[in-house]
Amino acid sequence: MASTGAHDGHNYINHEKGLWSWLSTLDHKRIGILYFITVMIFFLIGGLFALAIRTELWSSGETIMKAETYSRVMTYHGAVMVFLVIIPGIPAFLGNFFLPMQIGAKDVAFPRLNLLSWYCLLLGAGVALLSLAYGGADTGWTFYTPYSIKHAPAVICMTMGVFIAGFSSILTGLNFVVTTHKLRAPGMTMLRIPLFVWALYSTAIIQVLATPVLAITVLLLAAENVFGIGFFDPALGGDPVLFQHFFWFYSHPAVYIMILPAFGVISELIATFSRKTIFGYTAIAYSSLAIAAVSFFVWGHHMFVSGQSEIAGVVFSFLTMLVGVPTAIKLFNWIATLYKGSINLSAPMLYALGFMFLFTIGGVTGIFLATVAVDVHFHDTYFVVAHFHYVMVGGTLMAIMGGIFYWFPKMFGKLCKDSWARWSFFFVFVGFNVTFYPQFVLGSLGMPRRYFDYLPEYEPLNKISTVGAYMIGIGFVIGLITIIHGLRKGKIAGPNPWGGSTLEWTTASPPPHENFLVTPIVTAGPYEHR
Amino acid sequence: MKLMPRFMTGLAAVALAAAVSVAGANAMASTFMPPAVTTIATEVDSIYAFLLITSLIAFIMLIGGMCYFVWKYQRRSKTDKTAYITHNHALEFLWSFIPFLIFMFVFVWGWKVYHDMRTVPEGALEIHVMAKKWDWRFLYKSGKEVLPGIDANGQKTPAMMVVPVGRPVKLIMASEKITAGSTDPLDRPVLHSFFLPAARVKQDVVPGRFTTLWFNIQKPGDYWVFCTEFCGGGHSAMKAVVRAVPIEEFEGWLGGEGGGALSLVDKGRELYASKACIGCHSANGTPSVGPTFKGLWGQKAHKIEGGVVDVNEDYIQESILNPNAKIAAGFAAQKGVMPVFAGQLQEDEIKALIEFIKTLK
Repeated sequence: MASTGAHDGHNYINHEKGLWSWLSTLDHKRIGILYFITVMIFFLIGGLFALAIRTELWSSGETIMKAETYSRVMTYHGAVMVFLVIIPGIPAFLGNFFLPMQIGAKDVAFPRLNLLSWYCLLLGAGVALLSLAYGGADTGWTFYTPYSIKHAPAVICMTMGVFIAGFSSILTGLNFVVTTHKLRAPGMTMLRIPLFVWALYSTAIIQVLATPVLAITVLLLAAENVFGIGFFDPALGGDPVLFQHFFWFYSHPAVYIMILPAFGVISELIATFSRKTIFGYTAIAYSSLAIAAVSFFVWGHHMFVSGQSEIAGVVFSFLTMLVGVPTAIKLFNWIATLYKGSINLSAPMLYALGFMFLFTIGGVTGIFLATVAVDVHFHDTYFVVAHFHYVMVGGTLMAIMGGIFYWFPKMFGKLCKDSWARWSFFFVFVGFNVTFYPQFVLGSLGMPRRYFDYLPEYEPLNKISTVGAYMIGIGFVIGLITIIHGLRKGKIAGPNPWGGSTLEWTTASPPPHENFLVTPIVTAGPYEHR
Repeated sequence: MKLMPRFMTGLAAVALAAAVSVAGANAMASTFMPPAVTTIATEVDSIYAFLLITSLIAFIMLIGGMCYFVWKYQRRSKTDKTAYITHNHALEFLWSFIPFLIFMFVFVWGWKVYHDMRTVPEGALEIHVMAKKWDWRFLYKSGKEVLPGIDANGQKTPAMMVVPVGRPVKLIMASEKITAGSTDPLDRPVLHSFFLPAARVKQDVVPGRFTTLWFNIQKPGDYWVFCTEFCGGGHSAMKAVVRAVPIEEFEGWLGGEGGGALSLVDKGRELYASKACIGCHSANGTPSVGPTFKGLWGQKAHKIEGGVVDVNEDYIQESILNPNAKIAAGFAAQKGVMPVFAGQLQEDEIKALIEFIKTLK
């Protein structure tokens, strides 16, 4: 039954032909591929900005660009990576493709909305990048007021771009919540859905509830820039710190929009490549929901030195500590899953193990920053930069790469060269630590973030960091070559090359137009490796 | 039978790792952090060392365990049988509860030190700090002002704040325009942040309000101040130096060059008369058109129409610049009598008036 549908070679890729069939497709798999291409392009752009930053910081003083240019480069690196790469990265690309398949559905609940969300992302990105034509925004991706109130078209374009792209996120989230509730195959109870779906479901709730707050915030900022209404400008009776509250009320939950889907990917990888049922399924599933819930009440930990009251600082410190518990639970559960497994060290698994290594460091340094007295020293230094890169890059990007190599055979019916993918992992993993570990030390020593220039004594560590950034670059180039090679010359994969136990592996690779020729009937949990 | 010795070996390994981490972390805390020159900085470093040790132990346990399992349970054949283990309540409880206890411990410890950071000791030396794109400026109560300098090569040198060793110093910080009194809509005060790594303290400087920060440096020396809130192209060049010197040297410096300026209190007393505050606000408690200034400063829950307010720099500044925003209790009828001083007074004149009002106990 597994290979039915493959005999006539009919699948979602050759179901229709021509560019227009892709641009107007309502198939969640094709939309997933559109996101794949889009996100890869933005990742390349964001990555080039990152290399420009590290090249400038190779030595103290001016290296390759002026301070004003640097402010812009660092703004675009942050904004592109956050809003156009990491937020849509896993949910809209891998999630779109695999959420319906993993629950045994033909598509998402609202296919037209799904396509609209991709166009929202494109339009938002276009409007945001239009700001480059106006000299570029130099506010940092956080747009803190009053600095960002300058009646500049570049800032207005950037904020409106974020506003539009936000709808992409909201619509995808809405689609996933409804799909998970309404389109599960017969027998697929909520406690039988794969953990990737649980993670996407928790993420979707945050996307639907938090993103509108960002939309309102950037709209107010744009209104202040265009019409001079004093929401945030103290000269007009506004409050600049209010902006920070609004901004982080979205942007802290957004951190979990970025990391929760990665948790989901890792759960899938660990189960399949250990060929073992996941340890503590319910604990992992509910800890995603717990993180999603607590994430709404911790935004003030970005503002310990902003002038908020002492009691607010203490309350936010306490609530932030609580996030550590469900996060620790996940790590322990994944490691317990390895126990007495049959561990296959193919490239996707290496990425999953690399994820756990880097995410553990990202997690424990998060406790440093949640401890309010210690955060006062680390706030806005390179320690924070290192911490969130360990979580966002060491965590989310490692999971994206692992997820791509894991599901590549399903998406395209071909295998990537595993040895090449492992080289890609090696360079990304080692390069990552070389880049960001020294930044923990720089931050402890007191080097503030967003610095174009630094004291001469910080130079050696900055040089190491720059070398690492180029290693990461090499790793991703190898990864890209591996993917292109796999697409062109990859060996035929067959329906289930890794021995995965979730529903997407029961159908042909690439899957037929509506995923399953016969609607699957589910009689057991997702990870029944016995 | 075989389990016990293996368990003991594991335990010994963890204990060894812990011992190595403790030694390592203490060494690292002193290498990774800048020299600590205040009591609070030392306390922060203790929490940091604790976190480093616990993190190292947690990391070794988690990632060590991961590596061990990966090595031990490598796939031998395509038909390997694996154990079917779904959960273990006791274990799951332990690895949720123990981290929770550690988090709560460090939370309370961090709270305690943070409380000390935010509680300014009595009798602190007050210095006004003004931040603008992209310079720091310091104004002492004696009227002495410190600006960035120019060295022999024509390069800008950072402003130097001289403070006495062993005495608490409180900074009252405000953000200002590049050009005082500028009407250019683009010349608006922005966020900055005062960061003194050697004292482990940091506080944003927020336009439109005053923020404070204190430190008590125990060791003479020069210490860097960085701006840590992005403020544009000159952000990383916005540095200053805190120079801690023995008290006698400090007093000599304060009375030296530029030391003959009018003190802030005297300047405030002059403004009190020349700007005609005196016409409606008495300095000795006599009732008049407006509330008296006597005994006003520092009141907690001072009664105003429709509520209460703490009398601090922010309240006084607001009441001068925009008198109708908050009306003192019992003066509702006089609302609108006092002229709005926004745009009529220089930033430094407001600070002088505040310092004068502070003396009317």
